[in-house]
Amino acid sequence: MPVIDIERVSHTYGEGTSRRTVLRDVTVTLTEQRIGIIGANGSGKSTFVRLLNGLVVPTQGAVTVDGLDTRRHAREVRRRVGFCFTDPDAQIVMPTVAEDVAFGLRRRGLGKAEAAARVRETLEAYGLADHADHPAHLLSGGQKQLLALSSVLVTDPEVLVLDEPTTLLDLRNAAAVQRVVRGLPHQVVLVTHHLDLLDGFDRVLVFDEARLVHDGPPHAAVEHYRKLMS
Amino acid sequence: MSPLGLYRPGDSLPHRLPAGFKLLLMVAAGATSVFLDHPWQGASAVLAVLGGYLLAGFGLGTVWRQVRPLVWVLGPIAVFHVVLGGWEQAAVVLGLVLSLVLLAALVTLTTRTTDMVDAVVRALGPLRVVGVNPERVGLLLALGIRSVPVVVGLAQEVRDAQRARGLTASPRAFAVPLVVRSLRHADALGDALVARGVDD
Ligand SMILES: Nc1ncnc2c1ncn2[C@@H]1O[C@H](COP(=O)(O)OP(=O)(O)O)[C@@H](O)[C@H]1O
Ligand SMILES: [Mg+2]
Repeated sequence: MPVIDIERVSHTYGEGTSRRTVLRDVTVTLTEQRIGIIGANGSGKSTFVRLLNGLVVPTQGAVTVDGLDTRRHAREVRRRVGFCFTDPDAQIVMPTVAEDVAFGLRRRGLGKAEAAARVRETLEAYGLADHADHPAHLLSGGQKQLLALSSVLVTDPEVLVLDEPTTLLDLRNAAAVQRVVRGLPHQVVLVTHHLDLLDGFDRVLVFDEARLVHDGPPHAAVEHYRKLMS
Repeated sequence: MSPLGLYRPGDSLPHRLPAGFKLLLMVAAGATSVFLDHPWQGASAVLAVLGGYLLAGFGLGTVWRQVRPLVWVLGPIAVFHVVLGGWEQAAVVLGLVLSLVLLAALVTLTTRTTDMVDAVVRALGPLRVVGVNPERVGLLLALGIRSVPVVVGLAQEVRDAQRARGLTASPRAFAVPLVVRSLRHADALGDALVARGVDD
């Protein structure tokens, strides 16, 4: 598994009177395969996971993925760390399913035929093969999220970060996404409010008011979180 | 099911023609159209395009769906020209607008966005020397096409939310939340593009 190292990281948004520190002195090394992140709204979870692929560069401290600093090696880091957001509509950038999956491949210089083969494999793997030429906007929410996942996975990242991927989905669609995430051989970092998604995870981090307040196996972490919220 | 004239897979002659050729054809049709001045010419242009739909395996239902959104525009245009220049002029103008719109819709129905974007990127290649980045332009084009249904969806959400709260339709009460949501969407899309390596 890749080694993600977060070293004395603090992060502040805004300037002057609108300054707001959303992460305070977080140090943690992630080497497990399945890592969960939980915490109240606004506790800094999204900011934390955005650090992992360099989408957010910390105002203090450093983040490295397999030794690559996200500040200096943003491109290499992004190739290793795929990212799946909450709102599938905002991640799908091409009008049809197959075109969206092909998007990242073409940008990496794969030939048309090779890209098409990879796209086909990926769509089959995630149950979207019958929708290859469908407009993305006609898919269900769950299918859209699976498409967003496919489009990230087709480029072969080593780490997959998912920021509340099931929050906008109904139970059935959430279950479909959960099944896919469970079966992934990648290192997975998952932010979620659906606590049952964390069953079988190796490690769960709890954030509260910009701090990492708990770090341990899922059961104890969820317990800690529930106490915080009560 | 596709009100926006998006690509429909197929194997017909119009589907197989190269995207660049179809784009050129559209440009040529637009340029030629200014020389139309007889009703029979307008009618032939419409018939020719309808022939294209038949070739591509589309029925009259598909044709109608492409034209329907325009009825509100075409009606007044027709009346205007009948009053000002007589029915012959009206027929020429209607034939011209209808055939161009239908042709553009036929091209989008039979061409993958990716192929169209590739053709545009190739055509813009020479502009690289003056600092234009053709891939960027192509990406913008694709994003524009993809964003139409998204923004339509946002507009429906805003309207539903207002109805649910019993608000009457005021243009401002509609526009403000729609703009806010669209900006939020654009922001999230920007993040997704970066995460997918667009600034590589
Ligand atoms: N781009 C930004 N600019 C300013 N403030 C932000 C930005 N992103 C998040 N915040 C603020 O930072 C805090 C933590 O946000 P976030 O990391 O998204 O938390 P979570 O994902 O746990 O809800 C929130 O109060 C949020 O309003
Ligand atoms: Mg969040």
